[in-house]
Amino acid sequence: MTEIPNVDEQRRAEWLALYERMLLIRRSEERVGKAAQAGEMPGGVHLYIGQEASGVGACSVLEDTDFITSTHRGHGHFLAKGGDVKAMFAELWGKRTGICKGMGGSMHVADVSKGILGANGIVGGGIAIANGAGMGIKVGKEKAVSVCLFGDGAANQGVLMECLNMSMVWKFPVIWVLENNGLSEFTITDKVTAGEQTDRARAVGMPAVTVDGNDVIAVQEAMKEAVDRARAGEGPSFIECKTYRIRGHLEAEDAFLGGYSYRTQEEIDAWKTPDKDPILRFASRLLAEGGASQADLDEIEDRVSKQVEEAVEFALASEDADPELIFDITFADQRP
Amino acid sequence: MAKMRYIQAINQVFLDEMERDKNIMLFGEDVELAIFGDTREVYKTFGPERVYNTPICENSLTGMAVGAAAAGRRVILHLMFGNFVYTGMDAIAHQMAKLRMMTGGQMDLPITVIAGYGGGRSLAGQHSDTPFPVLMNIGGVNVVTPATPADAKGLLTTAIRGNNPTFFLEASGRGGDSGEVPDGEYLVPFGKATVHKEGSDVTICAIGTMVRPALRAAKTLEAEGISAEVVDPRTLVPLDEDGIAASVSKTGRLVLVDECKDRCSAASHIAAVMADKCFGDLKAPIKRVTVPNVSMPYAGVAEMAIFPTPEKIVAAVKSVTGELAGASA
Ligand SMILES: Cc1ncc(C[n+]2csc(CCOP(=O)(O)OP(=O)(O)O)c2C)c(N)n1
Repeated sequence: MTEIPNVDEQRRAEWLALYERMLLIRRSEERVGKAAQAGEMPGGVHLYIGQEASGVGACSVLEDTDFITSTHRGHGHFLAKGGDVKAMFAELWGKRTGICKGMGGSMHVADVSKGILGANGIVGGGIAIANGAGMGIKVGKEKAVSVCLFGDGAANQGVLMECLNMSMVWKFPVIWVLENNGLSEFTITDKVTAGEQTDRARAVGMPAVTVDGNDVIAVQEAMKEAVDRARAGEGPSFIECKTYRIRGHLEAEDAFLGGYSYRTQEEIDAWKTPDKDPILRFASRLLAEGGASQADLDEIEDRVSKQVEEAVEFALASEDADPELIFDITFADQRP
Repeated sequence: MAKMRYIQAINQVFLDEMERDKNIMLFGEDVELAIFGDTREVYKTFGPERVYNTPICENSLTGMAVGAAAAGRRVILHLMFGNFVYTGMDAIAHQMAKLRMMTGGQMDLPITVIAGYGGGRSLAGQHSDTPFPVLMNIGGVNVVTPATPADAKGLLTTAIRGNNPTFFLEASGRGGDSGEVPDGEYLVPFGKATVHKEGSDVTICAIGTMVRPALRAAKTLEAEGISAEVVDPRTLVPLDEDGIAASVSKTGRLVLVDECKDRCSAASHIAAVMADKCFGDLKAPIKRVTVPNVSMPYAGVAEMAIFPTPEKIVAAVKSVTGELAGASA
């Protein structure tokens, strides 16, 4: 590793860790996409590619004791919050070694020990859960926070206004992180949404900011402020991260679209450029002002690739989910 | 007759009926680009005045269906997945099913709600339910479960032209199935079961998605000397009790095949009715092939382990026709 004087060594390490986490998500998702496209992976697979900075930035200031709720596009959130890539892959391949023992799959990855209350197949499903977690934290007089990661599509579920209101009224330690990628399935969200998203939070008097969701540091800074406020008992905050979904709504999108489209290739390409793509962008910044060298980045690339391939091997070598287990785990202490 | 896919039959009805009756409106999430393909071209053809591609907010959409119908429109609401019946449930249970009766019959609510139901595709617990029981139990909404492209056309047309709230439940995994569909105007009345295959030893009453595995099972059984009649209720509310009973009285045996979880399933309801109506004719206990009372798992092996299959149907039939199989052996 190159030694560059005058840079804050701690910051350099932190930034490299952020970079590594984003790259792990990117490479994992690419591998999962490959498996899904090849028909090796069942179910609906929604990839996080292009949005890594918002999830990683948001989770970078959290502890295992803090909670997140996630969405159908939840692999990135899971990894950002410290979920294990092997256990996630095994889950996606439907194996009993999976984080949910093969019972939940892509739309439901969860690791409660890490505060990951789960990806969710119901759009908006995490909103009230996050608010409830905030309520539970408050009742338990704990220092933790609850972070709700949700999409612009989900923001149109009425439950959001209901929960913004309650979190504000009772000063729950909740951070509402809207990942605004502009799309809800095949619908352009702007066409079905009035006003600014942050104004919904402001309507209940909640501090709200909009940040560049593809800038991991911008997201992290906004989060720091919000988390400090929440931990100090000063209540919830709302952060809108502007970002973009580079892959299809789901991997089998073309089959569903049947030749129709809702965006152009140029639009997608414009988000893949070095000044837009969250990972390429952060790589340049790391080199320019983060004190990192190309060798550092290459080393991370190698490590991540190895980690991803090991996760695939682990998943493939694992035994299929155990159908009998369904009957043991449905209830805590009784048969269904 | 024309051969077409299940989903195409539905699409054609939307286009035909909305052309025929300018008072019909349609709305729902992603109906413009048609995530299931069933509303394809509807937005383009009839435009934003009659077709609304909505935000994601099922609990409002179901209530708005009631309001639009009360305002005099004929309403089609697309709820996408059958599970979203649950997210839209408040207005379904409290308004759609009840307002007519509670207003002393003052308002007609000509609403067709369409949604694709069922599992078998590793979509896990929140996208694989078969919500017949909750809808059947509300009292005030029809529940329609076409198994074939022809029935999809006939029942959807009846639903749209009818004056009651009707849940038209699409067999999700069957969208690609193709079959002969009658040309021109074609209506299938509600409350009229159909017999897909005649037989004399046992009645297999199969609902919606389960008709296909039931027919496969019947074929296997035929080869083993057991003659199964496959009956499809086609609509669960209203239910053709007499039509199903006629088959059961003839064969003396009944196996129900239903993708619902077993407890309070459509199958258990029909079993109760048949135990009552056909008590004297039954030669064996009524059997149900359903899904256990658990959430649908993701992994294919786990899902298939609890999913009704032709093999399970064959086994259930043999459990009540044991002596017949023995006789023919
Ligand atoms: C309650 C509910 N309604 C509809 C859907 C179908 N659906 C899945 S994802 C999606 C779009 C969600 O958009 P957004 O919240 O912006 O998330 P993104 O896909 O952009 O990450 C829709 C409509 C669902 N899963 N749950």
